Amino acid sequence: MIDSAVLLVVLPELILALGAIALLMIGVFMPNGEAAGRTVSWLAIGVLLAAGIAAIDQSGSSIVFGGAFVSDSFTRFLKIVILVGAALTLLMTLDNFGRAKLLLFEYPVLVLLATLGMLMMVSANDLIALYLGLELQSLALYVIAAFKRDDVRSSEAGLKYFVLGALSSGMLLYGASMVYGVTGSTSYATIADVAKMPEMASNIGLTFGLVFVLVGLAFKIAAVPFHMWTPDVYQGAPTPVTAFFAGAPKIAAMALLLRFTQAALPGIAPQWQQIVIFLSIASMALGAFAAIGQTNIKRLLAYSSIGHVGFALLGLAANSPEGTSGVLIYLAIYVAMTLGAFACVLSMRRGDLYVENISDLAGLARSDLTFATILGLLMFSFAGVPPLAGFWAKWYVFLPAIKAGLYPLAVIGMISSVIGAYYYLRVVKIMFFDEPAEAFAPRESRTFAVMALSAAFTVAFVLPFVGGALVDAATAAASVLVSAHPL
Amino acid sequence: MSNILSVTIFLPLVGALLIATLNAEAKGNARWIALWTTLVTFAVSLLVWINFDTSTAGFQFVEEHPWLGSLKYKLGVDGISMLFVILTTFLMPLCILASWQSIQVRVKEYMIAFLILETMMLGVFCALDMVLFYLFFEAGLIPMFIIIGVWGGKRRVYASFKFFLYTLLGSVLMLLAMMAMYWHAGTTDIPTLLQTKFPPEMQWWLWIAFFASFAVKMPMWPLHTWLPDAHVEAPTAGSVILAGILLKMGGYGFLRFSLPMFPNASADLAPFVFTLSIVAIVYTSLVALVQEDMKKLIAYSSVAHMGYVTMGIFSATQQGVDGAIFQMLSHGIVSSALFLCVGVIYDRMHTREISAYGGLVERMPKYAFAFMVFTMANIGLPGTSGFIGEFLTLLAAFHANTWVAIIATSGVILSASYALYLYRRVIFGALEKANLKGILDLSPREIAILAPLILLTIFYGVYPSPVLDVTATSVKNLVENYQSAQATAAASLTTRGYQ
Repeated sequence: MIDSAVLLVVLPELILALGAIALLMIGVFMPNGEAAGRTVSWLAIGVLLAAGIAAIDQSGSSIVFGGAFVSDSFTRFLKIVILVGAALTLLMTLDNFGRAKLLLFEYPVLVLLATLGMLMMVSANDLIALYLGLELQSLALYVIAAFKRDDVRSSEAGLKYFVLGALSSGMLLYGASMVYGVTGSTSYATIADVAKMPEMASNIGLTFGLVFVLVGLAFKIAAVPFHMWTPDVYQGAPTPVTAFFAGAPKIAAMALLLRFTQAALPGIAPQWQQIVIFLSIASMALGAFAAIGQTNIKRLLAYSSIGHVGFALLGLAANSPEGTSGVLIYLAIYVAMTLGAFACVLSMRRGDLYVENISDLAGLARSDLTFATILGLLMFSFAGVPPLAGFWAKWYVFLPAIKAGLYPLAVIGMISSVIGAYYYLRVVKIMFFDEPAEAFAPRESRTFAVMALSAAFTVAFVLPFVGGALVDAATAAASVLVSAHPL
Repeated sequence: MSNILSVTIFLPLVGALLIATLNAEAKGNARWIALWTTLVTFAVSLLVWINFDTSTAGFQFVEEHPWLGSLKYKLGVDGISMLFVILTTFLMPLCILASWQSIQVRVKEYMIAFLILETMMLGVFCALDMVLFYLFFEAGLIPMFIIIGVWGGKRRVYASFKFFLYTLLGSVLMLLAMMAMYWHAGTTDIPTLLQTKFPPEMQWWLWIAFFASFAVKMPMWPLHTWLPDAHVEAPTAGSVILAGILLKMGGYGFLRFSLPMFPNASADLAPFVFTLSIVAIVYTSLVALVQEDMKKLIAYSSVAHMGYVTMGIFSATQQGVDGAIFQMLSHGIVSSALFLCVGVIYDRMHTREISAYGGLVERMPKYAFAFMVFTMANIGLPGTSGFIGEFLTLLAAFHANTWVAIIATSGVILSASYALYLYRRVIFGALEKANLKGILDLSPREIAILAPLILLTIFYGVYPSPVLDVTATSVKNLVENYQSAQATAAASLTTRGYQ
């Protein structure tokens, strides 16, 4: 018998699960495909927002389902970011898929299921819950990557994502089984107790388990050297799907990583710190260099996202409360900027044809100054130029890294951010300095709203009631993982 | 009155927002709004100057508000920063006027970029929180990047990227040093940090990180190569801002951070700075001699003049620092004026090649006079503002190290050679070139731009006290703190020696 207090704890997840099933029914029984897609999409946005409100409404921390599911300010912070991100991507999908004749009701339902998986991942406090959430998310994502069925690239993206994703899930499961074998439990709390024992610091089984779990998660967040699928999947998948991939799933996987390392394995911190530092350096450097030669803007954003994961990992490498809240701030800002950037990509349309080359942006400042200014601000923000949000994201992850004495890591990070600035500037240069190419078709209102919102956020972050509020929320969220003092 | 610095800083931003609401065709309105905004900002900053108390070394007009997390939005000025604020607000209306005719495309965006840039520059000089300082320091790169890249010359893309990436690379290292200082001192508040004693080993690292940023900005040899490119490609007003104010941020940074916060490292590394300074003075002066492009020549001469500034600052004496500040202000006026003079003939002939001119005095006597005054000031002729700064810094260098002073003095002779050589080839000689025959003398607008600069150049040359009075107390305080830090360090060395 489950009492109602437990149901309240999982209310956001319940809303999503029931909403997904209900919408599936509605979609099946509505006669007209296009209208069904549109209605279900709007309803799905409503379901996501309802789940978001339910998440905001929760307070305190509670652990339910035999310790497998946790809800506290850390999970709430991330869930709200994920839900908002998912809702905004669906909003953009309405414009784009409507035009591409792809507006089928299955898509929003799959997005809801994927989001449900992400919320489960964020709340996972047990290796089994972790894996369940991860697979629910991944299976839904494999399908939507290949959603443009008759397009070769989209099918390729889906297949590639599936094969590599399944491989990484396998590794993660293998690692989890080793951790279970050593510690005798799948619950984070018990694992933490066992891993704290001094003899565990050199336990081969636990170390191997840790490595495999981290490798599996590194695949999901696309950290180098497990990033190979990202550029192809980003480029091949329909753009609204890419926008979804670039945001919410990364947050969920990063949340897993944060909780697994800090709640389950604080006892062997030096071991996982080494791995995280390596992933961080490799991702920052590769993200910076590999993006330079890209001509397709979706591939550029793919490499850019790899680099940003590297920066976010800096905060985790510091292994401190400040570091954790730094990662949370980074993720929230990253999602806001990424959504805006993809909204811009979705506005690159000539007639009914969507274009994706960076050179298509040439001279945009003269044909559409507002669009160019918004994308320009986002690019400067990605590059980390103050006073834009991207600078603060970097500030809050480098700060704990310096405190932890990771000086070489911080210097490498800063140098990669300067190298990365080159390709962001190149986009600005093409838009502002070059001779105009053919103008784009008029902007669509919903997509434009997303990009304007995102640009406004990056600019307004310096204001205390925007950035300050986010920083406070992230500090509070991080404090439940490890006790913190305010930044 | 209590928010007057915020008002000064953000007035231009308000003007920029106002222009943004205009429609794209309203060129005239954009210009007038920009001009009035900068004039009002100038008036407000004069109000600050009038109410400035020269008898105290502390920060004045301090504002403090909570900001993000533990960071504070804190502003204030002291004797060191006060005049840079005035210099900025004074040069801006001239820049807008100088762009009146020469900028005809995308006027609205141009004016917005300039006004945003003014906000950022004023913020740098007023910020009393390290992060706020960094924010303004870096944010200025965005409008300047756009100004060079959109309204610049042929190689504008190369120059704008070089400018941006060079400066960014230096600055990010400074950012890391700021983070380290935050964890050491527990605050980013500049007045508190000025009282904090950093351990000597840490000072070295911090000093080097800050040096990376300011030496690029200054720019010091051998990190100066972005400057000639940026100057040559930037539109006239962009060059004026670059030479007049952006370069001064480097010197200001040395005075605000490196010297007072890391006195021991500054003392240890002063010979290193002296070396770079005299190389800058002699080498870049020689480079200036062979330039064919007028803007490039003035750009190299800027690098040489900044050599005196760094030399003066790191002599860490009252005369040296006073002289360095004076030299920066004077250079802000004189080199800006020289760029404006180049702009005057560039607007007419659309070339900056020295060999394309000659004998201009026959058609442009007023112009020849103005150019003469600024050339003399650039050389450092007594009676012009250029003399005071050079003299004081050389005097200080003489106390610090005779050889440095001797080599640096040769720079005065070299500057006379390149400046007079430029003047002779452009203004004197026979007016042979056919296309120069119809060239017109200064228009009333151009006279309005150059006249205040001529007056200031001569006024401060014969009567430097208004400037030195403002800086004296703060500089005295700075130098005393510096010397007491040296004494403490020496004492601790001695005690360690006895143990």
